[in-house]
Amino acid sequence: MLSLYSTTVRSRLMLGTARYSSPAVLAQAVKAARTEIVTVSLRRESAGERAGQAFWALIRQLGVRVLPNTAGCHSVKEAVTTAHMAREVFGTPWIKLEVIGEDDTLQPDVFGLVEAARTLSAEGFEVFPYTTEDLVVAERLLSAGCQVLMPWGAPIGSGRGLNNLFGLTALRAHFREVPLIIDAGLGVPSHAARALELGFDAVLINTAVAQAGDPVQMAAAFAQAVEAGFAARQAGPIEPRDLAVPSTPLIGTAFRG
Amino acid sequence: MKILVNGAWRETQHAELARALEELGYGGSVVTTALNGEFIATTQRARTVLTEGDRVEVLAPMQGG
Repeated sequence: MLSLYSTTVRSRLMLGTARYSSPAVLAQAVKAARTEIVTVSLRRESAGERAGQAFWALIRQLGVRVLPNTAGCHSVKEAVTTAHMAREVFGTPWIKLEVIGEDDTLQPDVFGLVEAARTLSAEGFEVFPYTTEDLVVAERLLSAGCQVLMPWGAPIGSGRGLNNLFGLTALRAHFREVPLIIDAGLGVPSHAARALELGFDAVLINTAVAQAGDPVQMAAAFAQAVEAGFAARQAGPIEPRDLAVPSTPLIGTAFRG
Repeated sequence: MKILVNGAWRETQHAELARALEELGYGGSVVTTALNGEFIATTQRARTVLTEGDRVEVLAPMQGG
């Protein structure tokens, strides 16, 4: 079981709800992923189209928890205001805090992130900060009141996997008791399995599922990978070695002596 | 009075945000609002007074990653 603030969940796979070909495919993917948490957002609503109303009705039917984000925010002010708006609409203190610092990589503005996290934590939000693998930034976020961290694997939507393996491994080793969720950049289920094998507590996937040839099948594949990776971590993987170690016993080998 | 709603100029006869939203077609919708960059809770809309040129954001749940 995974504890996130005062909530406990069984699934270690979170799913984004954007970029699916249709609401029906999204709904099927959520079920195939066996996820308990999906990310959602806020956008301008047209009084004529009312697209947001239909989407919200669909999400409520799925019976999952929602983790609202502040995607698209480039300043502390925008992110904090968006968080307040999200808390009202979605009725949750959870907020996936994004303060974007650079548009080509969608890299977090970690300075603004820490400031916004401190403000929101003081106001009772349970902040899930989208951050880098930087240890010092992680420390600052925890000091600001965050009890969960969401380091990126690679730039959002890039599908490159765990881009800085050393940095992420160091982060995991340094903060042994903090729930760490790899957010962004994973492309295939083996990336997710690797994250769990390394001891990360969960992963958040969106583009890799939504833009797959068959999103529903890919969602199921990610679910299997996450379960396999977690089980492997629990089982205790062997340490890599530079030289071969015979797996077949040498005692009694023929033609020796 | 003209106000900027989600980036587009709209005309409203009402000075109260709550009534202006109804007039603009948002009645009964699950939306959240900001006025000139400041969050306005649903409970505050009835006593929030608009002035010419105000910027109103009307947001609703949407897909997100």
